[in-house]
Amino acid sequence: AVYHSISALSSLHVQMLVKMLVCMQPVFLWAGKPPMFGDYEAQRHWQEITYNLPVHEWYFNTTDNNLNYWGLDYPPLTAYHSLLCGHVASLINPDWVELHTSQGFESSAHKLFMRATVLIADLLMYVPAVVLYCFYLSEGSNRKKVCLVLCILLYPGLILIDYGHFQYNSISLGLALWGVLGLGLGWDMLGSLAFVLAVNYKQMELYHSLPFFCYLLGKCFKQGMAGRGLFLLVKIAVTVLVTFTLCWLPFLTDPGQVLQVLHRLFPVGRGLFEDKVANTWCSLNVLIKIKTILSTDTQLYLSLAATLLAALPSSIKLLTKPTLWQFKLALVNSSLAFFLFSFQVHEKSILLPALPVCLLLGDLPLPAVWFLQASTFSMLPLFLKDGLFVPYAVTSSAFVFYSVYLLSALEHSSEEELRLRPVRRLVCLPRVDLGRIFYLSVAAMAGLSFMSVALAPPARLPDLFPLLVSVFSFLHFLGLLLYFNVVQIAEPPSPRRKNPKKTE
Amino acid sequence: MRSANQIERRRQRRRRRRRRILSSGLYNTVMAASTADSWSWFPALALGVSFLKCLMINSYHSTDFEVHRNWLAITHSLPVSKWYHESTSEWTLDYPPLFAWFEYGLSHVAQHFDKKMLVVQNLGYASPATVLFQRLSVIATDVVFIYAVRECCRSVREEKGSKDLLVRPYFILAALLLWNYGLLIVDHIHFQYNGFLCGILLLSVARHLQVGNFITFPFEQGRHLEGAFLFAVLLNLKHIYLYIAPAYGIFLLRSYCFTKDNTDGSVRWSSLSLVRLIALGSIVISVCALSFGPFIAMGQLPQVLSRLFPFKRGLCHAYWAPNIWALYNVVDKALSVLGLRLKLLANLPKASMTGGLVQEFQHSVLPSVSPSATLICTLVSILPAVLSIWRCPRGARGFLRCLVVCALCSFMFGWHVHEKAILMAILPLSVLAVESREDAGIFLMLATTGHYSLFPLLFTATEMPTKVLLILLFTLYSFTSLKKLFRGFLLNTLEVTYLLGLIAVEIICEVVYPLLPWKQTLPFVTLLAKSVYCSLGVSYSFIRLYLSILRPTDKPKEL
Repeated sequence: AVYHSISALSSLHVQMLVKMLVCMQPVFLWAGKPPMFGDYEAQRHWQEITYNLPVHEWYFNTTDNNLNYWGLDYPPLTAYHSLLCGHVASLINPDWVELHTSQGFESSAHKLFMRATVLIADLLMYVPAVVLYCFYLSEGSNRKKVCLVLCILLYPGLILIDYGHFQYNSISLGLALWGVLGLGLGWDMLGSLAFVLAVNYKQMELYHSLPFFCYLLGKCFKQGMAGRGLFLLVKIAVTVLVTFTLCWLPFLTDPGQVLQVLHRLFPVGRGLFEDKVANTWCSLNVLIKIKTILSTDTQLYLSLAATLLAALPSSIKLLTKPTLWQFKLALVNSSLAFFLFSFQVHEKSILLPALPVCLLLGDLPLPAVWFLQASTFSMLPLFLKDGLFVPYAVTSSAFVFYSVYLLSALEHSSEEELRLRPVRRLVCLPRVDLGRIFYLSVAAMAGLSFMSVALAPPARLPDLFPLLVSVFSFLHFLGLLLYFNVVQIAEPPSPRRKNPKKTE
Repeated sequence: MRSANQIERRRQRRRRRRRRILSSGLYNTVMAASTADSWSWFPALALGVSFLKCLMINSYHSTDFEVHRNWLAITHSLPVSKWYHESTSEWTLDYPPLFAWFEYGLSHVAQHFDKKMLVVQNLGYASPATVLFQRLSVIATDVVFIYAVRECCRSVREEKGSKDLLVRPYFILAALLLWNYGLLIVDHIHFQYNGFLCGILLLSVARHLQVGNFITFPFEQGRHLEGAFLFAVLLNLKHIYLYIAPAYGIFLLRSYCFTKDNTDGSVRWSSLSLVRLIALGSIVISVCALSFGPFIAMGQLPQVLSRLFPFKRGLCHAYWAPNIWALYNVVDKALSVLGLRLKLLANLPKASMTGGLVQEFQHSVLPSVSPSATLICTLVSILPAVLSIWRCPRGARGFLRCLVVCALCSFMFGWHVHEKAILMAILPLSVLAVESREDAGIFLMLATTGHYSLFPLLFTATEMPTKVLLILLFTLYSFTSLKKLFRGFLLNTLEVTYLLGLIAVEIICEVVYPLLPWKQTLPFVTLLAKSVYCSLGVSYSFIRLYLSILRPTDKPKEL
């Protein structure tokens, strides 16, 4: 065990090192192109707004708060976090958050400060949750657990978006992970508290809400709706309501406030999708121009129906069988369904399905690595815009190499280990060499990445490469959505494997 | 029935064969092969550090970047006869000819990245393609280093015991060498080709270590010659390695050219093998001839030598390397201040007090040091170590120890020593550190202080987190793993206190001092404090290592 403390320490260190190095990359290629600077300026602007304006003006368009310039469109917890950072920033240098005049502010000291806030948030929220998850909720030897920690923390998608592109996903994802931890360890109230906080930090966390809801409800049903189950339900409901109320307290004075915040959070007017995103609608748009032929309302209803339909099977299964394994799979299935079918999806939202897939790295290494690699790849156009190609190439090759090596993903790709044995009884699956297909797909991704950088697209099709990237990753996501659904629904009655100690 | 008989007979035959293998020396080779199979961790370790290096491509680089770009341009666009005469840039070519040829080779790849970097007049040119090429060239040539580390790991002696890979000496050695903090920041942030050069050095050392293990390495004599050849090449790549040449010369002469010892362990003069001596000499001379020959033919030797040994520079580098002279300067300073206070001294030359950045350092009380004095000091300090391996050679390990001592002597007493030169001692010492408990303790002291003294190389705020994290990673790893390997503490309380003091020095210099009013008037005090504090630790390790080489062995002679 002592040896593993060395390696655990080293792996924590290495992940921090990688993150710091990604930080140092020249992200601001678009710097000096006012007035839109990307998420970095958005976060700084929010600090400026929340620090200088009273709470009731945060979400409103006023003379001091131009909502068209990176207006606040995240839930209250993000605003409070910005307020906190704003206070710290003004302590260090008041120019950083000066109203109006600080717009587009940039200096190396400020960059260091902003990067430090991300690192601190990450170290406080995400990293401990991952470590606890791996040591308490995953199976296997200590060595395997350490490998798992390293692989999850080295997932390039999150590192590149948080440290390269600049966002605070580690907070919302970290809170959601604390929620999973709470539920997994049987502390349902704490788990739901953490998850409600996650939703109140970033509304996209709603992608995970169905499994949380179904798991808790299923657990209540299992304990009997007449007695302890009902009690548990009431306790959880009270926790959720109280947490929500506390988070929204400053806005509850006026219904108009609440409506305005909700309006900011769910901008229906922005259309089915923006840019190139690896989901169904964008990929379908290549064949049929849905975005132009359908009205916005129809698009909204269509996407809602499709999303619910796609998330339904896994939710029902979870409701009838609320175990941790089912819960993790349902998290993947539901968030992936949301990503693929819901309205107004950003390419960065792939991080939401990626989190529960990370949790499956220990159980289903090959599909999980495959998915995570595809998810990083799907954000390539964004990375190119940010000038993050080198870190993208390095971290994703490192991730593929290490996760395949440390988790021995390719050796664990038999039918038994992919949990496909029950399906085999029903349908005849073709026997394929999954390892080879995996490598082919990774090679294709690498090829497409280098083509996107090196080749100029043909004049008639300026978006050729981003489109190819999104369609290619969409195919992966769709296939893996099917696979994870199959694994979840076809799970045999006794879920835990029979051979508990495997060879190390 | 017959088939059953056959099977039985075959089984017996197999059993007999196995017994034969077991009884013969072949068994060892089989075992070696089977352990070699489980070396899959090595590429993982090496690839990991290479990935990390790639992430450093965009970080800060020092003027050495421009130095090497200029050399690329000189070797690419000028005829050989002008190489050592060209002086458009202030960074003239001051490495030996083989390194110039190395740059010449690189320049042929470089032209596919960006042709403009190969123009001598393009001073300070650093386009993204240039940066990418130069950085990748360092990462790519590190392959030599990685191979050398593998060879070193294969020649490490191992005690029977723990089966866990993480506490095997060869694993720890690989981690210590591949993830060496100094190499990472000096090569991949600051910018130099030390990985490539140290790779050749370690490879040459590994060749000498491998001799004797005749089952796996049957061409015993060839290995010594190969090691000598590699070192000759190394000398012609960077002449700083001249400092460790005495160790090589004496070792090869004593242990390779003289084939037999007297019974009391002293040299038997009659056993001098002329064949070996001639082979050795011809190898070394031919390498040098290849390198310097063309310049001698062109009559440029004095010009080349004047470029290689520029004694116009000061005693200490801009930032004082943590050696004897740093202490000497400080004592001088303290005496002069004391003298002024006590009115014992008058009319002192009011010079050179701003600390680090003055090149010409005039001592005010103590005698000023001349280049020849430092040379004499270095040679005198090397002498006992070299004599000890002449009088009682302790095999390749003794030679390696002597090599480290020589490197440290030159670091301690040399003229215009760079703080980076400490790597020349730390890297070979890693090999000794995983084999003996005492060396491990010395290694921890030397590596930690030496690495910390490299901090001022990277002064930009952006590199701060990287260098702190890297040194913590390396230091924590080396402490915990060596402690596990030798099952116990390796340092005493005083040493631990001293090392913890490094943290205090760093905090005082970087956090407390900038808040104090003296920051404006005495900006270099922090650098001075760091180098003086580190020089204490380096001197201490130096003395301990020196004592270990002078101590008569009580153990039987090593391989």
